[in-house]
Parts: sequence; structure tokens; C-alpha cells
Amino acid sequence: MYVAVKGGERAIDNAHKLLADARRGDRDVPEVSLDQIDNQLALAVDRVMSEGSLYDRELASLAIKQARGDLIEAIFLLRAYRTTLPRFGASEPLDTGAMDIRRRVSATFKDLPGGQVLGPTFDYTHRLLDHTLAEQSDVEEPATAPAEAGRFKSVAELLAGGGLIEDDDPPAGDVGDLTREPLSFPAKRDLRLQNLARGDEGFLLALGYSTQRGFGRTHPFAGEIRYGEVEVEFFAEDAGFAVPLGSIAVTECQMVNQFTGSANRAPCFTRGYGLVFGQSERKAMAMALVDRALRARELGEETGAPAQDEEFVLSHSDNVQATGFVEHLKLPHYVDFQSELGLLRKLQAEFHARDAHTETPIQDAAE
Amino acid sequence: MSAPVYNFAYLDEQTKRMIRRAILKAIAIPGYQVPFASREMPMPYGWGTGGVQITASILGPDDKLKVIDQGSDDTTNAVSIRKFFVKTAGVETTTKTNEATVIQTRHRIPEQALTEDQVLVYQVPIPEPLRFLEPRETETRRMHALSEYGLMHVKLYEDIARHGHIATTYAYPVEVGGRYVMDPSPIPKFDNPKLSDSPALQLFGAGREKRIYAIPPYTHVKSLDFEDHPFEPYRHDAQCELCGAMNSYLDEVITDDAGSRMFVCSDTDFCEDRRAAGHHGPQGGPAAAATKEESAHG
Amino acid sequence: MLDITANTPEFDPAYASQAAFRALMECMARPGQIRSLKGVDAPAPFAPATAALIKSLADYETPLWLDPAFAAAPQAAEWIRFHTGAPLVGDPAAAAFALIGNARALPGFAQFAQGTSEYPDRSTTLIVQIEAFSGDAITLKGPGIKTAQRLAATPLPADFAARMKDNRALFPRGIDLVFVAGTDIAALPRSVMIEER
Repeated sequence: MYVAVKGGERAIDNAHKLLADARRGDRDVPEVSLDQIDNQLALAVDRVMSEGSLYDRELASLAIKQARGDLIEAIFLLRAYRTTLPRFGASEPLDTGAMDIRRRVSATFKDLPGGQVLGPTFDYTHRLLDHTLAEQSDVEEPATAPAEAGRFKSVAELLAGGGLIEDDDPPAGDVGDLTREPLSFPAKRDLRLQNLARGDEGFLLALGYSTQRGFGRTHPFAGEIRYGEVEVEFFAEDAGFAVPLGSIAVTECQMVNQFTGSANRAPCFTRGYGLVFGQSERKAMAMALVDRALRARELGEETGAPAQDEEFVLSHSDNVQATGFVEHLKLPHYVDFQSELGLLRKLQAEFHARDAHTETPIQDAAE
Repeated sequence: MSAPVYNFAYLDEQTKRMIRRAILKAIAIPGYQVPFASREMPMPYGWGTGGVQITASILGPDDKLKVIDQGSDDTTNAVSIRKFFVKTAGVETTTKTNEATVIQTRHRIPEQALTEDQVLVYQVPIPEPLRFLEPRETETRRMHALSEYGLMHVKLYEDIARHGHIATTYAYPVEVGGRYVMDPSPIPKFDNPKLSDSPALQLFGAGREKRIYAIPPYTHVKSLDFEDHPFEPYRHDAQCELCGAMNSYLDEVITDDAGSRMFVCSDTDFCEDRRAAGHHGPQGGPAAAATKEESAHG
Repeated sequence: MLDITANTPEFDPAYASQAAFRALMECMARPGQIRSLKGVDAPAPFAPATAALIKSLADYETPLWLDPAFAAAPQAAEWIRFHTGAPLVGDPAAAAFALIGNARALPGFAQFAQGTSEYPDRSTTLIVQIEAFSGDAITLKGPGIKTAQRLAATPLPADFAARMKDNRALFPRGIDLVFVAGTDIAALPRSVMIEER
């Protein structure tokens, strides 16, 4: 005898207990601390803060721990928390020129004021598994030099001084916020950049890569990539001036791209821009490539490549949305499936009836 | 890190105001998809975040909430959403269709006719009925503006040419109040007739796609069709094994490895009511009223 | 993790807002039906229901336009600023909500935002304070109405029915109206049709 399945609530509770157990794993292994995640998986924390749109290392570390290292899940946790926070307003634009630089490379000039600073990078490591890391190891203190004081203009700023690159004036009026207003198309560059900054690293990487392979080529040069601490300021209405809130680590990439120009405008280089929390050159560079590709129409270039397609890129860049919708397919769909089954059976029956009709018309007539 | 304190029904008041304004516009323009600044909810996109945001924005302390998925109160996602509101709003919940003031649903309309005192909130994955014919929002928005729905008719007619029938069996497009073509969410087309002239207000929320739309009460909703191929609601050639209903939407259950199958009502409350009223199907004798616990291994 | 103990119906503003909104939602869904809500005290010329609706719907994202009757009362504007933070605008076409204190002098609808054919929702909602839901009735049909609904409102301009017909002719563009008398409200969404007599 058939009885209806019940007990969904108990199953969910038990599933949560199993998840907690799996998260903790072998109880003989020490539990990972938020400090350990923050310090030793710092780039994961950076990514979660960036795509989670919330600069808080402790919460990002917690999210990573809670998500068992699933970074998209961690990003989701941080986003869901972020929406509940009260808003006081928007900060003043960051002055990345005044960055306390930890790393800075330019691919366009051999040397420039402030110099090239290699900093902490995987770039020239030989990708050989380092078995000494399998054990606890003593790490020697790195050599350091005092930071050069002062403000170092970016390569784009230096080029702009000579009129060699397009101007990059801030937009007139308020900057948009796609978390407060639904995105509509065509979207202005401020909203596009916000979307890309929150966008999935892998998705942007693939799109940026596709532009290099000819699907919307932009002839990019890495004008400059810099990573370090910048101060965040907030204009306080009651004080009447901008007050510093603290500093955050960011990676900025300014791509210098092939020139544009017209009968009434001298040719000059164009820009692509990337900015992310923490250290993520891959994401900042991919973002700059895609930003530039999305400007194709504005710059009068041929369009049609995926990375140039604003609606395609901006509608699919968000991994929290994407993972939700892809994974929702595991929710029950049996009501709709039943509807499809019903139609399919009917179509098959009609098909076979037609078949039968052609072969044995007499029998069929009796149906 | 202190534990966060959330507002009544989770959403902050500013967000609720924004959603409420969108709901009012949606009601005033039946079938039109109002863009809204959908928030990130503590459940995944695609799992009912649009419906949850609407429910959270309309729900009050005197409401009685029912949540169903596939017609059933006990499917895991329905359980999860119901729990969310119990936790964040402390509202009373029910599985009885006739007791509920707000019903949030995924993929079904209850069998029992709704009343003027009820609001039905649908979870919507893709609100744009033209999306699968034209992926660009800029294009579909223009088509709605001009009431240019030829593409949809072409698609349905191509089905007829190929299969002899319109091959859309769920999320079957409708025209609301003689103006907008609308996606009724992935309900089976069996439920389409219930959309029209319902005494209840029907609200649709798509969180990921950031759209809210509505069918006011007593609004004519027409399933798209052709004179020579009128809309046919889906019919089962079976009855519910438990309650014997001949006119309800049925779930198919596979009962053994040989593919034997049987049918039971998808609307569990409807089925239970019928059995309580003494109706029974081939396997639904009085002794069958007991239920079994789902495997508790999660 | 979740704490809802701070939310009790006695003092949580969330409940008052919800109740006012729910009444308006029902009115919008059932054009011409009158519902009462718990009013909010506010300076003249605010009717208690208008103040309740404004508190539950307006904030810094919704520009408000005040008709001369409201604009003549600086304490009303001050109340709006304090309770909602909504910006007051001089251009009715820039307003999300317009407050009409003098229904007799109801401004022409074309002055307000009527939406675009692609975004008909980008329109103004007029909150019109009347003296009473009485007087000559108009007959309404359309979405939300089972057969026909009668609505009487006093005072209104003589050509009100004609204006509503013009508004309907713009559909899906147009403006939506909310009538307020004391603590009673009724709504006329743009979808409503005025029956010929």
C-alpha cells in the first residue's frame, strides 16, 4: 500500500547535522581558526571579499570556514549578510595614486617614478610542489626596504599628461549602485564596472582571454598593475569634510589599449580598468580587458564578440546568481515533468497510430 | 562578532517599501513586469527569492502562511521557506488551503478555489515569456511596449506543424487583461484556467531576474491559442490512488524496478481533505491514512 | 542567530507600515473598494491616512510633489522630511508620489510622470485628499472588479470621469490615484474603466 512521503522537516534538520559533522571532519585534527584562514589562505579571503562586495577579513574567513572552502558558497554567505547592513552613504573615490604600494609592475615602461616593485608574487616561482610546506616550517624573514614616500602617478596618468591616452573624467552626477537599482540596458560604465568587480573571476578570466584570442580584440598593454593599501574617506555631512575611515588593500589594473581617433580628434590610447579588493591580479586584469571590450560600441568599433556583448556579460557574470539558478535544477520539478511526460506519451501514441495506419489501414479504421 | 538582529520578516523597512511600491505598480499594470532592486536573500537565487521577498513585504502578524512546492507542503524547499518565515516573522503557518491568508507557491495553484481574502505568491524563475524566443532584454522590452507578440504565436504554431499540438506543457504563456503576454511561472498548463478571474490577488516574484508582476482579482487571463487549435488543459487518464479524485493534477510515482506506476494528487492538502471526507481511491482505504517518515538520513 | 523578540506589535514601526500598505494593496487590487487604516497624526493639511501611507511608502528614493494646499503648510513639508527623508520636488513629472490637498483643483494628469511605453511603471501616484466618500457615484469596471463597482468621492473636478477615461486611453502608461478621506482610502489604478452612464 502506498503512503505519501512525509518528514521533510526532519530530513532537513538531519542533513544540517551531517553537514556540520562533515565540515568539522576528523575530530583528531585541530580545528582551523579564522586567523589561520585570514593569514594563510589570504587570497581566498581576498576573492570572497571582492566578489562578496564586503571588505571584512574576519567575516570572509568565517564564511570560508562555514562553506568548507567552497568560495562561491562563501561569497554567497557574505552577500546575504551584506544586504542586511545599514547604509550610510558612498565613500569618496579612492586615490590609488596615493597607495602604499606593496607591488607594482608596468609592462609599458622599463622604469618610471616609484619604480617597479615585484613584491609578493607567484610570477617567477617555479611551479614545483614544495614538499617542505607539508611540514611546519620556519620561514625566514624577508628583506624589506622602506617604502618610497609620496604619491606615484599611474602609467595612465603619466600618459594622460602628454595627451597620449583618452581622458577619464568621473561621471557627472551620482554613481549608480546595482544593488539598489535593477540594472537596465544599455548600462553606463559605472554600473558595468561595479558588475565586473562583483563578477566571477573564472567567468571574467575566460572572457578576457577570449578577447586576446581575437573574439573582440583590444590590443592591450598592462600599463600598470599595483597592489597595496589605500585610505578610504567618507564625506561627513555634519563635519562638512571628508574623514578617513581606515585603509583597505586593493589591486588596480590599468590597461592601455589601441588608439582611437577621428577626423576631429587626434588618435590616442584607450583605457580598460580593473579594481578589486585584496590581491588578485588575475581578476583585476581580466576585469580591465572585459571593461575595455564592453566599450566597443562607445568607441565605434565592430561588435559581436561575447566579451563585447553588454547584456550577455553583465547578465551572467554574477556567480551567486549563476550557481543558484544552475543548482535549482535539483529542486523537485516533477509537476512540470509530469506535464511533459503526458504530452510525450500522447505524441508517441499518435505517432504509432499513424504508423499502424500506413501499414494496416483496415485494422486502424476499426479503432 | 555579535549575532545580527534581523527585522520583522528579515527584510529591512527600506527594502520592503521599495518592494511594496513595485507591487502597487504591478497591480495597476496587470501582467507588466516591474523591475525592482531584488536583494540577496539568505537562500539561493532560483530557490524562491522573488516569492520570499514579496511574502516578506506583504506579511503581517495576523497572517496565516501556507507554503507549497509541487503542490505539497512537505517538500523540502517548502519546509525550508516556511521555517524561514516562522523564524523571522513568527507568523502562524498552516497546510490548509482554506485557512491561509497568504500562500506562497512553486509550480502549482491549489486545487481548492481561492477566496477574496487570500493572496497567492508565485516563485518565478524566468519572468519573461519571450525570453526563450529572444534572449535580449532590450528586444523583449520593446516587443512588450509595442504589444508585438507575433513571435510567440509563430513558436506555438511551429509546434502544431511539427507535433500536431502545442508542445508547451508548463509555463504556458497567457495574455492578461487583453494587454500583456505573461509567463504564469512553471505551473502545469492544467492550472492555467485557475489564473483567470480568480477572487484572490496573484503576485509573481522573480528574485534573480529582479521582476515583480501581478494579476489582480477578477482579471481575465487567456492562455494563448488559435481558433483551429484551442487551448486544451492537460488531463490525466487516471485517478488518484489515495482519494480517487478524477479532476486533480496527479503526480506519477514509480513503484518498482519494472516501471509499474501509480498516480496520486499533487495537492496534498486537497487529497487529505477528500480522504477525511470519506473519499478513497483503490489504495486509499481508511487504513492508508497513516504516513511514512522520509528516510531520516537527510 | 535570529532575534525577533524586539518586534512586538505594540511598538514596532514595521507592523504599522505593513498594515497601511496591505490596506492600500487591497484597494489597488479592488478598485473603488473603501478600506480603513490606522491613521498617523501629522500637521495639517495631512489626513491621518495620508500620513500613514506616506510613512509606509516614501523614503529618500521617492521624490514627492506637494500641491499648493500642501506646499502652503511648511510644517507638512517638515514632517515629511523628518519622517521619510523624501526629497520634495517642484516638478510634478519628477515625483513618485504627489500629495493633493485640494481635490477640487486636482491638476491635469499630463503634468505628472505617466511612464514610458517600455517602462510604464515610471509614473507618479497621486494621493488625493477628499472630504468624503459620498456624492455622485461613478461606475467602475476592469481588473479587480467582479462585475461593477460604484465609487463616490467629494469634491472632485467636474470633468473627473473624462480625465480618467483619457488616463485609461494611455494604458499601460498613465497615473494611479489613491483617494483619502480621514482614515479611509480607495484607489483607482490606471487599469480601471469608467462606465458610460
